[in-house]
Amino acid sequence: MKNHPELAEQFNTDEARVNWHDETLWWVRTKRDRMSHALPEWEQLRESASQIKNNVLSNLSDYLIQFESNAKANGIIVHWAADANEHNAIVLSLLRQQGATQMVKSKSMLTEECHLNEYLEQNNIDVVDSDLGERVVQLAKEPPSHIVLPCIHKKKEEIGELFHEHLGTPKGNADPQFLTHAARLHLREKFLTRKVALTGVNFAIADTGEFVVCTNEGNADMGAHLADVHIASMGIEKIIPQRKHLGVFLRILARSATGQPVTTYSSHFKKPREGKAIHIILVDNGRSIHLGRPDFRNALKCIRCGACMNTCPVYRRSGGHSYHTAIAGPIGSILAPNLDMKKYADLPFASTLCGSCSNVCPVKIDIHDQLFKWRQVIVKEGYATSGKKVGMKVMNSVLSHPSLYRTSGKIGRWIMNHFPSVVNNKLNPWFRQREMPEPPKESFREWYQKNKKR
Amino acid sequence: MKVALFIPCYVDQFYPQVGIATLELLTKLGVEVTYPLQQTCCGQPMANSGFAHLTPNCDSLFIKNFSDFDYIVCPSGSCTLHIKEHLHDEIRPDEALSIRKKIYELTEFLTDILKVKNLTASFPHKVGLHQSCHGQRGLHLSQMTELTAPPFSKPERLLRMVDGLQLIELDRKDECCGFGGTFCVTEEAVSVKMGKDRITDHTKHEAEFITGGDMSCLMHLEGILRRQHSHVRVKHIAEILNAQ
Repeated sequence: MKNHPELAEQFNTDEARVNWHDETLWWVRTKRDRMSHALPEWEQLRESASQIKNNVLSNLSDYLIQFESNAKANGIIVHWAADANEHNAIVLSLLRQQGATQMVKSKSMLTEECHLNEYLEQNNIDVVDSDLGERVVQLAKEPPSHIVLPCIHKKKEEIGELFHEHLGTPKGNADPQFLTHAARLHLREKFLTRKVALTGVNFAIADTGEFVVCTNEGNADMGAHLADVHIASMGIEKIIPQRKHLGVFLRILARSATGQPVTTYSSHFKKPREGKAIHIILVDNGRSIHLGRPDFRNALKCIRCGACMNTCPVYRRSGGHSYHTAIAGPIGSILAPNLDMKKYADLPFASTLCGSCSNVCPVKIDIHDQLFKWRQVIVKEGYATSGKKVGMKVMNSVLSHPSLYRTSGKIGRWIMNHFPSVVNNKLNPWFRQREMPEPPKESFREWYQKNKKR
Repeated sequence: MKVALFIPCYVDQFYPQVGIATLELLTKLGVEVTYPLQQTCCGQPMANSGFAHLTPNCDSLFIKNFSDFDYIVCPSGSCTLHIKEHLHDEIRPDEALSIRKKIYELTEFLTDILKVKNLTASFPHKVGLHQSCHGQRGLHLSQMTELTAPPFSKPERLLRMVDGLQLIELDRKDECCGFGGTFCVTEEAVSVKMGKDRITDHTKHEAEFITGGDMSCLMHLEGILRRQHSHVRVKHIAEILNAQ
């Protein structure tokens, strides 16, 4: 499998497209800035959100049990899933109970993480993603490239082409309004005929046993209200203690995500209607292990707004797919190694540690510090390449011995001056698109000894 | 006031003029500066690559060289930040901690400790300021565009004291240049693209020079500029603040 640098290089073969991708996401970042800068209490909101989530993580088991008992009292059926397999099996069994072979699903990054769609397909269930962006990538047989803007890597012309092929829109039509209308008609039929709908969960309230789903398209509501059975899949970290805490989270979520004051729909689900059923699946899938890593546990504060992706100068220029995991970008790079350190050993290195991600994070996750810390863990666990290990050891021993450092520096500069081709060649990744610095005759130290030393 | 100069290894080897400018500038401002001769590196190249466990020797060498001073001044935000955040020593933990507190990046030393109000420098050119991320977001040398907070900038304040210097506005005030230490070679494609975009933001606004507090960012941008045969040049902020 290709790693981040290889996939990023591939993405960068079309520079005009990289520019377009970068500018599109930067535009979202600027919208976020406008919205957040308009609130004098913004930094206080971030701090409150962070503290509430810290409290949740420190009392997670209690809140979960409280939520379970309140949800049950409301008539919701609660399931627990230790991992992705258990989660997927529960969804399938619920579908089988209904005799359903079709399901409509609104956006849920958890189901991406669990690879639910592939699993259900193998079991002959037809899943339709009802979020417009997710539907687009589903038709293209691709994973989402962004957690909030799943098809942000696709141009409208490409979407027109996909819709022509799958929904029968006229060839060459790339008018966004026209295509959205076509998608609406196509999805409406799905909503009306599906008996089971799955949604994600943005917030679950321990105190009341209800949960909240935020969308801009109303597709979660359409699915859930028209189906007989509503399945809600939720990562266990999505709990918040009380309803009043939504006042903080709903204000920061959409502002951080897309620069809107609030999501168009923030729907509360508390109890099933007469004759209908609500199931909620509480999924661990590595979260308890994550919670047990003191340096990394606060990554579980994440509310999946995607602000760190929009601001990340690397994400904007490498594309979501270069991260080869369900959740791309800076937050994905600190979540993924917890699930599989070897497979995702490249991701914490896909960053310049510029720190912009930590600054936009509405729940104040120390993302770039965690990237640094994951690097140490990954190297210690033995997942660095042998070339890198040798190189670092040599470099370290040179820099630990002043006279060796000075001699190597002198020889190095002499070689660069007299035999530049030793470094100016294709094997040197620096030199591919950049000139090497011009080595001076004397180092600063040499100058200092001649001119200043008394 | 005993002040030591810490010149990062790559500045010592490739950009002696930055060390010289820093030394001359501080001397001009009445500071007596010593350059400890056995210094090498802060250890950041290893640590940022995940090899922090290799750096105890670098760390103890740093402590040996610098613990005798009241202040340590360094013309690099990145190396200063590394020392501030990561210098440690199991045998001499207190000395490590004290160094963490007394190391200053050059511009913050000028504005916060020396409280410089004016300079005699002259640099009649259009200049763009590239803020290194570690200096800005790490050391808070200037306000960050992500935060809802009042603006300020220590390097900008100093540049405004330079005669004839015209500071240009950038579209993206604090976008990273893509150097990122070993990132610049391990993620070559993205690193170069980021550098090219950073340069375009400067050339679009007619900069003749790109300056900044970190020569590592500037080395990366210079490499691209020279490959492009551009006339835009890079200059470390110490060279501009010391320019006659």
